[in-house]
Amino acid sequence: MSSLAVPQAEPVAGSTPGTAQDRPPLRRRISLIPTVTLLLGAAYCLLPVAWVVIAATKSGSELFSTFTFLPGTGFVDNVQDLSAYRDGVYWEWMANSALYAGLGALLSTCVSAISGYALATYRFRGRETIFNVLLAGVLMPPVILAIPQYLLLAKADLTDSYLSVLLPQILFPYGVYLARIYAAAAVPADVIEAGRMDGANEWRIFTRIALPMMIPGLVTVFLFQFVAIWNNFLLPYIMLSDDEKFPITLGLFTLLEQGANTPALYTLVITGAFLAVFPLIALFLVIQRFWSLDLLSGAVKS
Amino acid sequence: MKSTARRRSYGVKGAPYAFLLPAGILFALFFALPIGYAVWLSLRKVKVSGLGLGSGARKEVWAGLENYTDALTDSELVSGTLRVLGYGCIVVPVMLGLALLFALMLDSEKVRLAPFTRLAIFLPYAIPGVVAALLWGFLYLPDVSPFYFVLDKLGLPQPDLLDGGPLYLALSNIAVWGGTGFNMIVIYTSLQAIPAEVYEAAKLDGATPLQIALRIKIPMVAPSLVLTFFFSIIATIQVFNEPTTLKPLTNSVSTTWSPLMKVYRDAFGEGDIHGAAAQAVIIAFATLLLSFGFLRAANRRQKQEAAR
Repeated sequence: MSSLAVPQAEPVAGSTPGTAQDRPPLRRRISLIPTVTLLLGAAYCLLPVAWVVIAATKSGSELFSTFTFLPGTGFVDNVQDLSAYRDGVYWEWMANSALYAGLGALLSTCVSAISGYALATYRFRGRETIFNVLLAGVLMPPVILAIPQYLLLAKADLTDSYLSVLLPQILFPYGVYLARIYAAAAVPADVIEAGRMDGANEWRIFTRIALPMMIPGLVTVFLFQFVAIWNNFLLPYIMLSDDEKFPITLGLFTLLEQGANTPALYTLVITGAFLAVFPLIALFLVIQRFWSLDLLSGAVKS
Repeated sequence: MKSTARRRSYGVKGAPYAFLLPAGILFALFFALPIGYAVWLSLRKVKVSGLGLGSGARKEVWAGLENYTDALTDSELVSGTLRVLGYGCIVVPVMLGLALLFALMLDSEKVRLAPFTRLAIFLPYAIPGVVAALLWGFLYLPDVSPFYFVLDKLGLPQPDLLDGGPLYLALSNIAVWGGTGFNMIVIYTSLQAIPAEVYEAAKLDGATPLQIALRIKIPMVAPSLVLTFFFSIIATIQVFNEPTTLKPLTNSVSTTWSPLMKVYRDAFGEGDIHGAAAQAVIIAFATLLLSFGFLRAANRRQKQEAAR
């Protein structure tokens, strides 16, 4: 396609004068398009975050009277009000979220690691069937699971407990899938064989040889599940009624429900949202360098 | 006393099953059992005799497919499905279009500030859907929103974003905002996996970046586009958090706005567990049908392309 070589001489409004051959400025203009597009995208994505950062600094009256992006003077008061709300229940919500997400993701990563390793390295009857059945779990709408889970846990007298939110989230089909891909790529078969030659049993081979090799992939699994549990709303919404066990998502929702009719509570909701977003963004910035996102599309560099 | 050789071979044979035991137990308890229980509940109903008082007045009896016919003829469920269909028709193309656009831009040679913008666009992924809906919900409220402030100063009309048609856009925007970054990363990752030699020939022929993007890059990342499309559809069918969070801010979001919201309302608001279970099974079945149909179609196309 030789015709492609002809530069498109599109007339550009207000093009820089002084260039007889208008190729260089046109090129430069074109080369700006990706950067500008991405900056617009970044601005769109940062807008609500920027808004909540500013809005959290406003006192109740400033929120409705001053320009949106003008910082206010009430941040310290807002945090104090929020901490005083129902004897500091807000910070209990944060602690609960940290517990659900931290412990849940840890257990989930262990189960994913051992299952993914078994599926990747052994050849045994029913391997693909087991894998496919586990994966089908991804497709189940959470409500479909959560309602019977609630009813069953109610029979075991376990609803409205920490366990009712923790237990259903340990098996993470997507994590098993990622761990399997990662184990297949990162743990060479001859290393396992060498371990067997040395007389190590299968558990020892897994914990001492394979597990360390799988760590980078497992960090990704942990982070995914941490974010998934932290962001989960439906399961605690169905399981819990005692607000001292709420995670932050559910807590903020109930705060909003009460505040919707009383604008005086808006500042609490906004400050609460800001403080809830903050740790996750901070975590995100720290870990994004360790987070091997390549795994997402199943492309593992071996 | 077993010999070490025998013990070892026994260990190798049994090991994968032992390793899969925790996952198997969890699957049985928290996936298989609840699904089976939901199906069982959906085939039963509560029969009230007399005034419904006394211990023997409410009895669970076999209902056959009655709950299913009720669900399929339920106008609220049908209109909820239509609402979510309309919502999905906005969310999926816009979100994936933006994700593809940003991924291509990130992958282009001349881009600056790529690490910053990539991170900024991916950031909403870390923000819970409830909090995202809450933040946007406030941005939609005339009293506190910067949009209305600007519109007011310019003397332009101020549409109510939380009602009627704009409500769809408002809800779609929350999903697009939250999901674009994740999909962008998936597509970008597969763009990066394309070896550079592929472009060299096109560049020697003088192809412009736009032509390279349209004719080489997009066809080559088709599998990851299929994957993101698939996950977006599933997420759309299951929309629950965002409309539920906006509900306190507006009267336009009913308790049955999306099918899953209706299932929740019927189960816990109305106490109709059996009807809710039937609706839940229908939604799960539709999701599975859609997923497998879609995956089969995608596979067939890939095979056809490979054969060409």
